[in-house]
Amino acid sequence: MSHMDGNMLGGVLGELFTMDMTMAVGQCTSCEATSTIAQTMVYADAPGLVARCPDCDAVMLRLARGPGRAWLDLRGVTYLQLPVPAEP
Amino acid sequence: MAGTAVLGRLTWQVGTVTALREETSTARTIVVGLPQWPGHLAGQHVDVRLTAEDGYSAQRSYSIASAPANGNLELTVQRLPDGEVSSYLAGALEVGYPLELRGPIGGWFVWEPDTQVPVMLVAGGSGVVPLMAMIRTREAAGNKAPFRLVYSVRSPDTELYKDELAERQRRGDGLDVTYVYTRTTPPGWPVPPGRINAGVLESAGWPPDRRPAVFVCGPTPFVEAVANLLVNAGHDSRLIKTERFGPTGGKS
Repeated sequence: MSHMDGNMLGGVLGELFTMDMTMAVGQCTSCEATSTIAQTMVYADAPGLVARCPDCDAVMLRLARGPGRAWLDLRGVTYLQLPVPAEP
Repeated sequence: MAGTAVLGRLTWQVGTVTALREETSTARTIVVGLPQWPGHLAGQHVDVRLTAEDGYSAQRSYSIASAPANGNLELTVQRLPDGEVSSYLAGALEVGYPLELRGPIGGWFVWEPDTQVPVMLVAGGSGVVPLMAMIRTREAAGNKAPFRLVYSVRSPDTELYKDELAERQRRGDGLDVTYVYTRTTPPGWPVPPGRINAGVLESAGWPPDRRPAVFVCGPTPFVEAVANLLVNAGHDSRLIKTERFGPTGGKS
């Protein structure tokens, strides 16, 4: 099964968050490696989108859409480090 | 700016097709006028949404082909067999039609013209589109970073931006283009058709010790193969940025 880059999640995550989430760095709960969301491997064939760790293939993030709502499953992510502007 | 907080959630906006350019027999460039478009970074993409009268809608991601500009952008769309979105965009769509999209999207697969590091671009098929945005942005910004493009295509008649790339190379302002033909070569081509390989990447790219910024875009198997060849040749994997497109969902 062929996958795409997490880069393609920018649009759907941009509906939910006010910042560019593809530049967020996530730690995989399975292998503890870190990667940007842009670098995860995205499988779009499932009902929804599944992003896997580029190092160990474990599922890090799942996103499903229904009419008027979205489900975001982040149980494969220990933390997300988000870029924010420096303090003034 | 890439990586910094933007002001709000992404929302859909409706633009108008202001021009169409046929690039090959199966690909065309769509110029979209969008009064609210803030400009973009080279390598970013947009999501395009088509909605039928019965409410059915389908969306796909397309890389932006043009250099940043206020109020408009260009997409180059390859028509795919059975592509429900691409067959409309590269087929029935006409000048004056509305087009719904959102973006610009993505802060990772981008090149920003404030750097002088050598750049290596490796394209498979229509994967050349975001790399063309980088080439055009380089010129628009007056950036002199040396660029090398290795462009793998099936045959000469599927080359996108053929004349523009030839003209840019002729001008000799620091862009080198090397073609790899996988099925049919032009007449008299010195090598038989074949896949991209380590030798081509070595002779047409930058040596790893120059620490070039590398951007690879194409179908998933192409990107995997190129990224592996580059890492095996000694390139730092942290300097290699990739964008894959698959048969479903994403860039098509």
